Amino acid sequence: MGKTTQEIKGGSFLVEEITADQIFVPEDMSDEQKLMAKTADDFVRKEVMPHLETLEKQDLELTTKLLKQAGDLGLLGADVPEAYGGIGLDKVTSGLITEKFAPSRSFSLSFGAHVGIGSLPIVLFGTEEQKHKYLPSLATGEKFAAYALTEPGSGSDALGAKTTAKLNEAGTHYILNGQKQWITNSGFAHVFVVYAKVDGEKFTAFIVESTYDGVTTGPEEKKMGIKASSTRTLILEDVAVPKENVLGEIGKGHKIAFNILNIGRYKLAVGCVGGCKEAVTVSVRYANERQQFKRPISSFALIQNKLANMAIKAYATESSVYRTVGMFADRMDHFTEEDEKDGAKVAQTIAEYAIECSLNKVFASEALDYIADEAVQIHGGYGYMSEYAVETMYRDSRINRIFEGTNEINRLLVPSQLLRKAMKGELPLLQKAQTLQEELMMLMPEEPGSEPLEQEKYLLKNAKKIFLMAAGLGVQKFGTALENEQELLANVADIVGQIYAMESVILRTEKAIAQSGVDKSHHKLLMTQVFVQEAFQTIETLAKESLIAVEEGDQLRMLLSALKKLTRFTPVNVIAKKRDIAGVLIEANAYVG
Amino acid sequence: MNIFVLMKRTFDTEEKIVVENSRVSDDGVEFIINPYDEFAIEEAIKLKEEHGGEVTVVTVGEEEAEKELRTALAMGADKAYLINNEDVENYDQSSTSEILAAFFKDKEVDIILGGNVSNDNGTGQVGPRLAEKLAIPYVTTIVGLEISDRKATIERDVEGDQETVEVELPVLVTAQQGLNEPRYPSLPGIMKAKKKPLEVLELDDLDLDEDEVEGLTETVDVFLPPEKQAGRILEGEVEEQVAELVKLLRTEAKVI
Repeated sequence: MGKTTQEIKGGSFLVEEITADQIFVPEDMSDEQKLMAKTADDFVRKEVMPHLETLEKQDLELTTKLLKQAGDLGLLGADVPEAYGGIGLDKVTSGLITEKFAPSRSFSLSFGAHVGIGSLPIVLFGTEEQKHKYLPSLATGEKFAAYALTEPGSGSDALGAKTTAKLNEAGTHYILNGQKQWITNSGFAHVFVVYAKVDGEKFTAFIVESTYDGVTTGPEEKKMGIKASSTRTLILEDVAVPKENVLGEIGKGHKIAFNILNIGRYKLAVGCVGGCKEAVTVSVRYANERQQFKRPISSFALIQNKLANMAIKAYATESSVYRTVGMFADRMDHFTEEDEKDGAKVAQTIAEYAIECSLNKVFASEALDYIADEAVQIHGGYGYMSEYAVETMYRDSRINRIFEGTNEINRLLVPSQLLRKAMKGELPLLQKAQTLQEELMMLMPEEPGSEPLEQEKYLLKNAKKIFLMAAGLGVQKFGTALENEQELLANVADIVGQIYAMESVILRTEKAIAQSGVDKSHHKLLMTQVFVQEAFQTIETLAKESLIAVEEGDQLRMLLSALKKLTRFTPVNVIAKKRDIAGVLIEANAYVG
Repeated sequence: MNIFVLMKRTFDTEEKIVVENSRVSDDGVEFIINPYDEFAIEEAIKLKEEHGGEVTVVTVGEEEAEKELRTALAMGADKAYLINNEDVENYDQSSTSEILAAFFKDKEVDIILGGNVSNDNGTGQVGPRLAEKLAIPYVTTIVGLEISDRKATIERDVEGDQETVEVELPVLVTAQQGLNEPRYPSLPGIMKAKKKPLEVLELDDLDLDEDEVEGLTETVDVFLPPEKQAGRILEGEVEEQVAELVKLLRTEAKVI
């Protein structure tokens, strides 16, 4: 892509100053990427969306027919290297395709489970033979894939699986027994990636074909939403799986599982970007059309306020997610052809940004839930009726906070991984926290300049200090027992998440201003100002709560006074700015980023 | 078969038209392949699939039109030409057809396909003017096309009715909505398009001077249609309303 100059380390944004030219923003997309995104968008809007109602009744035949059509256009092959029958696109383009599928509601889940968690374990960890055997037909949509990790008794605790695998006497096959629950695409998938414990202890991944004896699926689950997608239990009864179908190494299944979770998380976040933008657009259109008191409801300030809040969240999500995907793409830009075929290398690249993957998953799924909720509200009573798109959006959105690791698990992962990176010497977090302590003693409030984004950058700088203060205090106070302080850990994760999003919008807007000037970036600037201020206020609240939970007496008073100095600034009038932001949306009759 | 397509880059159909200083502003506008030209491209690719040969797409326009040419290549065209017209000051449809005529001077042509009209200026002149200059027959607003033994059997839309025309090749046809469903450029197609030949020609390369292709028309003014005013509901007995209506049509609207 050549848009950015150097590779950024995962998590390093907390201790380093990242510049605008180091990050990828949606505006950096090439013509070719746009054209591919357009093909995905046209396909979804013209071929899939006219059938939404039928799909919603779980017409799996239609689902597979449409997926095949997508395969004919190459839309299923983005993450599969050319050597194995795919197209091997960069991660930004692959992300764009995922985003464009989002408006197709839960059809996008059938698509996502197939190209993502279903096919990728083989792409990344398959042997040469496995890749040649399975990937060409998966990349074109002749066959479909599903991923089977969860069990009735093991959700978040994925490694607690009870499914077993035992090598037969001849030493040719593993005999699998067990049940895998809530398996997306299970109603029509030909290939399942299944985790089982060899001899009851060695957690291992297997490629299981649906035609093997003993493979059956249970009835379709009755779900709150995502009704177009197939969700069944996968039942394995004495299934003989050839030993060539072991994926990765025996006992190393967790490596595959965790890597696929990283990917599942960022892809989920990309999907949420598409969902957020669509929900904003649908709401703006409705608000412009719906007349009450003889005027469109979009002319009322309170509706405008909602539209602005929604768009700002969508902008922050979009900026954060594409920045992350851009980092993968940047690293993979330097890949040789051999590297590209080497799945482990790809997985490693993404694992470098495991923290960012979790942050995006949490932020994007909660943004979408908020936006879908307000979308229903703007629609009033009609929003409660199934006829209107937002009713489905609202129900469909909810699952995103649960699967691919609940948001709670993902929150806990952020500080624990940061700490691990700090301990391994990959991130100088502890040193920085130390320096900050000295700095806090003689902290003088600063007055940022009035140039565009100066105040926002000042708030960002202080937010990073607040993070170091809160996280450093936790480590100092609790040491390894910190893992029991889950509320504190979640607060830290939220602070980090807000920082990542703040920085992402600031840098995106800064890049836009550099490219097309302040006037043309006015809308972006307004959204950035509002988002950064509100995120900063959230951080302040979280930090305060955390400090009070950890310290007391004089020490606490001192810390609170330092926090007060760090959070002193002259706020902007967000009410007025939100009216202006809404004005742009209403005029464009759509989401504008 | 030597198949040529005339293509124009135009505003996206969803764009709002903004007039500034008596010209349509293209600030921040999204561009597309003129939808009627898209039918032409699709038909050309289908002809190639059926009869073999080569599809060449030609556009006269600005450098940015390369993007739309790449899209046509991604759909399945084989090569593309962009003839740069940026130096021509007073430009109209006669200019385009003059330039295209020069381009086609040394080309072996079996069929040229274009859109029936462009969705911006909508004159529908370029195709017929070009055919005239090349001295080949032309058929406009086609909705069906079969070719065998160098004879084209064409269905054309005649104000909602259909007419069947037979014509010898070479011929120029312009596409009407209904001719086909243009395909989406597939992802592999988009990747291949990068490597397909796309040549940019200057007027010089066609042995043309800017003055030779100056337009024949003069644009006096450009303005948007007046905004729609709120309607009026007449009241009273039907006869009174009719009388009132007639009066208003005479005095206010001045249409009778």
